[in-house]
Amino acid sequence: MSRYVATRAIRGSNALVTEAEFMLRKALAEKGPDTPVAFPNTAYYLPLIFGMTGQQVETIGQLGSVLEHARELLHPIPAGRHWTPYLGETLDSGMATLLAAETIEAIRFVYGLQPEPMPGFHLAGGTAFTSPDAGNGNGGSSKADGHLNGPIDDIQLRSWGIQLVDGRMPGFAAIVGAAKSNEVAVKIVRELQRRNILCFLSGNVNGRSIIHQLVEEGVELGYDTYTVPFGTDTLSAVYALGFAVRSALTFGGMKGGMARDILLYNKHRVFAFVLALGEVDDLKYAAAAGAISFGFPVIADTIIPEILPTGVTTYEHVVSMPFNEIDGKDDLERAERLVQKCIEVRGVKVRVADVPVPVPYGSAFEGEVVRKTDMRIEFGGKNSRCFEYLTMAGLDDIVDGKVEIVGPGMEGVEAQGCLDMGIVVQVAGRAMQQDFEPVLERQIHYFVNGASGIQHIGQRDIAWIRISNAAADKGFNLEHFGKILHARFHADFGAIVDKVQITIYTDPDQLAAWLARAREAYDYRNKRLADLTDHAVDEFYSCTLCQSFAPNHVCIVSPERLGLCGAYNWLDCKASYSINPTGPNQPIKLGNVVDATKGYWSGTNDYAKQGSHGVVNEVAMYSIMENPMTACGCFECIVMLVPEANGVMVVSREDTTMTPAGMTFSTLAGIAGGGMQTPGVMGVGKYYLVSPKFIKADGGFKRIVWMSGYLKDSMADELQAVAIREGDPDLISRIADGSNATTVDELLAWMEEHNHPALVMDPIF
Amino acid sequence: MPKDKRTPVEQSIDPAAQEMLIRADEIGVSTAFSRADAMTPCNIGAAGMCCKLCGMGPCRLTKEGQTGVCGATIDTIQARNFVRAVAAGAAAHSDHGRDMAFTLKAVAEGKTEGYMIRDVAKLRTVAAYYNIPIEGRSPTEIANDLADLYIAQFGQQRGHIAPIIRAPEKRQKIWQEQGVIPRGIDREVVESLHRTHIGDDQDPEHLLQHTIRTALADGWGGSMIATDISDILFGTPAPILGQANLGVLKQDMVNVVVHGHEPTLSEMIVAASQDPEIIEYAKQAGAKGVNLAGICCTANEILMRQGIPAAGNFLHQELSILTGAVEAMVVDVQCIMQALVKLAENFHTLVITTSPKVKIKGATHIEFDEHHALTIAKQILRTAIDNFKNRGPVQIPNARENLIPGFSHEYINYMLGGSYRASFRPLNDAIMTGRIRGVAAIVGCNNPRSTQDYLHTYVVKELLKQDVLVVQTGCGAIASAKLGLLLGEAGLNQVGPGLREVCEAVGIPPVLHMGSCVDNTRILTVLTQMVEDGGLGDDIDQIPAVGLAPEWMSEKALSIGAYCVASGAYVIFGGSSPVSGMPDRMSDSDAVLHYLTEGWEKLYGGKMEFDVDPDSMIQKTLEHIDRKRAALGLPAYDPERFGRSGDARILELEQLPLAERRAALYGVVEK
Repeated sequence: MSRYVATRAIRGSNALVTEAEFMLRKALAEKGPDTPVAFPNTAYYLPLIFGMTGQQVETIGQLGSVLEHARELLHPIPAGRHWTPYLGETLDSGMATLLAAETIEAIRFVYGLQPEPMPGFHLAGGTAFTSPDAGNGNGGSSKADGHLNGPIDDIQLRSWGIQLVDGRMPGFAAIVGAAKSNEVAVKIVRELQRRNILCFLSGNVNGRSIIHQLVEEGVELGYDTYTVPFGTDTLSAVYALGFAVRSALTFGGMKGGMARDILLYNKHRVFAFVLALGEVDDLKYAAAAGAISFGFPVIADTIIPEILPTGVTTYEHVVSMPFNEIDGKDDLERAERLVQKCIEVRGVKVRVADVPVPVPYGSAFEGEVVRKTDMRIEFGGKNSRCFEYLTMAGLDDIVDGKVEIVGPGMEGVEAQGCLDMGIVVQVAGRAMQQDFEPVLERQIHYFVNGASGIQHIGQRDIAWIRISNAAADKGFNLEHFGKILHARFHADFGAIVDKVQITIYTDPDQLAAWLARAREAYDYRNKRLADLTDHAVDEFYSCTLCQSFAPNHVCIVSPERLGLCGAYNWLDCKASYSINPTGPNQPIKLGNVVDATKGYWSGTNDYAKQGSHGVVNEVAMYSIMENPMTACGCFECIVMLVPEANGVMVVSREDTTMTPAGMTFSTLAGIAGGGMQTPGVMGVGKYYLVSPKFIKADGGFKRIVWMSGYLKDSMADELQAVAIREGDPDLISRIADGSNATTVDELLAWMEEHNHPALVMDPIF
Repeated sequence: MPKDKRTPVEQSIDPAAQEMLIRADEIGVSTAFSRADAMTPCNIGAAGMCCKLCGMGPCRLTKEGQTGVCGATIDTIQARNFVRAVAAGAAAHSDHGRDMAFTLKAVAEGKTEGYMIRDVAKLRTVAAYYNIPIEGRSPTEIANDLADLYIAQFGQQRGHIAPIIRAPEKRQKIWQEQGVIPRGIDREVVESLHRTHIGDDQDPEHLLQHTIRTALADGWGGSMIATDISDILFGTPAPILGQANLGVLKQDMVNVVVHGHEPTLSEMIVAASQDPEIIEYAKQAGAKGVNLAGICCTANEILMRQGIPAAGNFLHQELSILTGAVEAMVVDVQCIMQALVKLAENFHTLVITTSPKVKIKGATHIEFDEHHALTIAKQILRTAIDNFKNRGPVQIPNARENLIPGFSHEYINYMLGGSYRASFRPLNDAIMTGRIRGVAAIVGCNNPRSTQDYLHTYVVKELLKQDVLVVQTGCGAIASAKLGLLLGEAGLNQVGPGLREVCEAVGIPPVLHMGSCVDNTRILTVLTQMVEDGGLGDDIDQIPAVGLAPEWMSEKALSIGAYCVASGAYVIFGGSSPVSGMPDRMSDSDAVLHYLTEGWEKLYGGKMEFDVDPDSMIQKTLEHIDRKRAALGLPAYDPERFGRSGDARILELEQLPLAERRAALYGVVEK
């Protein structure tokens, strides 16, 4: 701090705690102490309060002791002369500010004032991989309209988990205030998106917020675009810190009340910073003092005292970069430099591939949805065909960087029309292997999606791509698919790929011929992948990507059990190892079979001990009941024992409803994550459900007595195939879901009625 | 031949002292300053070449090849003299610690009057170091166990004294290997005396090894115990506004000066002086109340915790009486000049001795006993108040300066991260980046043989300009306080650019006052915590830090120096060495002197040197710091890189009219 900053922050914190006390007294009088308080879809109560104090606040009455603690943390402002030290005191006051801010927001929820209403506003929320025209996620379209986002729910936190841990999403920016102009606001957010940095928006300057600025400029705000509008006041910035606290609880295996550990976890592992745009008032100083305890530095685009010595944060604590004094030919360039400075101050690690396309590019745009009304053209979907195929070629057979369009371009297609398209990627490289073809091919989805205004769904011959009007207006055309793929394959897989050539087929004859070749390859790969069983290989792979977030968790990936995030299967790991032999995926020599049924090898046990730093001693690859594999926090599904039903239930991340275990996904996730081994609970990738090795030691797939409706719908074909494999074609219909059982009693009744096989299986334990 | 008498300006740089020295001349009384001028030190004794340990001597060795009657060589004699001095210093500190432990025991048993356990958190922390159970136990139960453990350290015969475990692991291993871990505090002191008796240990290196063991029994034993218990009973210090120098004495109040070292009595006098009954008694005597002030380390104890002003450091004890404004000077132990009594005869001042260990012929003795502490404190104050009417002419120098003392290691930890993130990380970071070039602990006494406060403050001020953070204890701290160096303001305008940024960020003065001389253990704890926080090596000797005692005079200073060396520190003493030898006359008569440097450095990584030249002290300090920085692979010190942050610009802009200020600070948000 400096004395100026300390004075203003301490003054702000005293005022806010007083205001919170006033609001609490009012709420106690009007609503009563037993009225529940909660943030939506989180198992971590009021997360900042829970993390810092360990208090599980569920009612208004419990907030009293929180504010008492906040008041104890307050201090008088430093004297004008002969002052006593103020840094520790200011940091304490900052923490008091955050506790008071979360208290106020919780009370506002009770009064229906959070999430903050904003008539006419539409949140771009929801998950991809469904039709872009079918609602907007968050459980339905209407829920996403007319208000800002408020706090981030646990589901979204977890779905971002893998990106946060593998570095695709390097960190988050808590932007508070309003930019110099709308143009600057958009540029700042675009620059951050381009680097895949989450943008949390809050605060205002004289009533005007960056949220207003971005909405006026038509920028989509919501989970999909990594740009989350919390609220137009400074208080809502506390949601960013609640998110930070939950990162530590979810992925770091920490418990509520482990304040120091949680704060240090954030300092060392969560690359976040505060960007204060416009005037910094007392409350902003106070909240910033709170953020500094998390190791998050503050960068302001106005003149404020700089605090450059380091220690509480990794690099500088407070940096002032007055917007008008930034070198640059215009405001856009100044905005770009401002963002660069933020990244430098926090030490955020950013990888940016320079992709030569006329639209913004970055994985922040991966989740973007192109609705039919905004669409220029689509490939695939209901009315046309689209496939993508990647194949290996000889080094002399292709020309690196060549992008060829065979057939007509998109110019002739009417607005909102469609076109058949095939994307054929030929790669060559000394280290390239045929095994890597499907691994690389799968990347096309992420690579294409990274372009703003382009949406990619599906894969192989069910790919479905849309180009928005906005992108087309900026000149995006078919050739750019090739440009993207060329740039990204080199950037991400340069170790195995030396040459990349792309051909886009729209000519019907050529397209049909290549489609046939592609399908042959798909078929061949399917069979080969099917041949790849755990017993056909002599090594599995470790995955320690998540150890940046969950330090003691380790995934062991086998051909028949993919990583719990769903993003890494055995082949991916193998490829990753080839690309980076010292990276997070290392081969694990299986050694001697200890127990083939439960899935113990001497090699996997040794590795589990080593990789978990001694926390886990043994891992059964095929059991949930005995030494199950641990989880970081970014699992796609949770499998959990239902003892009364003699089976397990499977809850998917997308499912926010109640389960027969009496807990929602969010609450269950708290038990399953953090690298702890808990028999009966396991986080898994959803494709493990259809593996023949799925909890084989405990009875296999037939043990599933309940699963989220979302899984049944989205994996219908795969599940049906398993039913046939298990010798009971009606098996899936015997499994209950949220629509027919949300309690154990209902579940048991359903199982009786539908004659579920688990009822007659051996006791599971 | 007596030296020429120095002028007051040559005797002290402190204007208050100069004024009183002139007054002393006018009245015609002597002071330590004038006596130092009159007394030429014995050059043979000063060189450590006089042995008076038995009746065959004293033997004065002045010729090449000469030995004592028993055959003792010059280095044996020097080493014996040295270990005896260290043992006396260790005994003084440790006996202080012992009394604190007895007080804690008495408090735990509910047998004292007026004391309580003020810092339960520290009690629990300290108890936890030694695996004393704390959960579900009352403070008195824990205190009782801790007192027993601490009392046992003094008489323990075998094994290791308990607080040793608080040192860095690597350091403990070195001590283990060198065989210098104290077995019991008293045992090492007794053994020092035994070994130096006629016809015992006559291997200088072996004697100096035991010097280390004896000193460690002080630093990681008696002194550490004293500090721990003082904090537990009287509160762990935190920054507080105080004042220093003779100007804190008040014309219209009963002035009681407490002088010495232990906080047990002085804290009680503080409490008693605020008692309405005592204040009323003072008013009846025609005074406005009772004004307390401290001298020496008693001053530091109550200044650190209560903000009670310090009338001055060691050499101010006589000067305060010379004001004629002191009704009573209440003394306990250590550094109390016998001259006080004779001097006081010229004024109305009562010199009141209180310790059962310390009586001075002619002084009033009111013996202190913790079982009746408050009653005795009030009795002392009443005696002082009764004396107010006898006051004669008064001359109080109008010199006093504000200061912010109170930097316990606990507070330093807190101030660098608040309740939730307390750590030494920002300090380590500042050293690693080079904002802080290094740390200097500038401690120790006043010595009338040099100009009072000059060496202390000259070295402090020069090092601050070189971005060296200074921590101080004892009389050195008060010297800097008198110049305003212990204020946040000094952190803005008396220091180099990097240190300025750190001072401004934290709100600290550039000189941190860490307490009394027994509190030098706080510095050991800070260094240990810096090591534990990482980035500055894995042991104390790797930290870019130096200890200095520019105006040392007491045997305690030698003990402190020796335990700091054993802990890995480079310690520079100002003034002459007690084992200097006379190498110009006798070759190898400085072998012991060299062993304290090169020999000890090889074994402990720390070394002891003596240097009379302040510029040379500064140069050696900076060279050592830079060498340690280089050894750690830290960037070379470069002040050009720092100094950009802080309030200066915004404070300037705040002077502008509102509209201009807004535009300048925030720009204009376009709609």
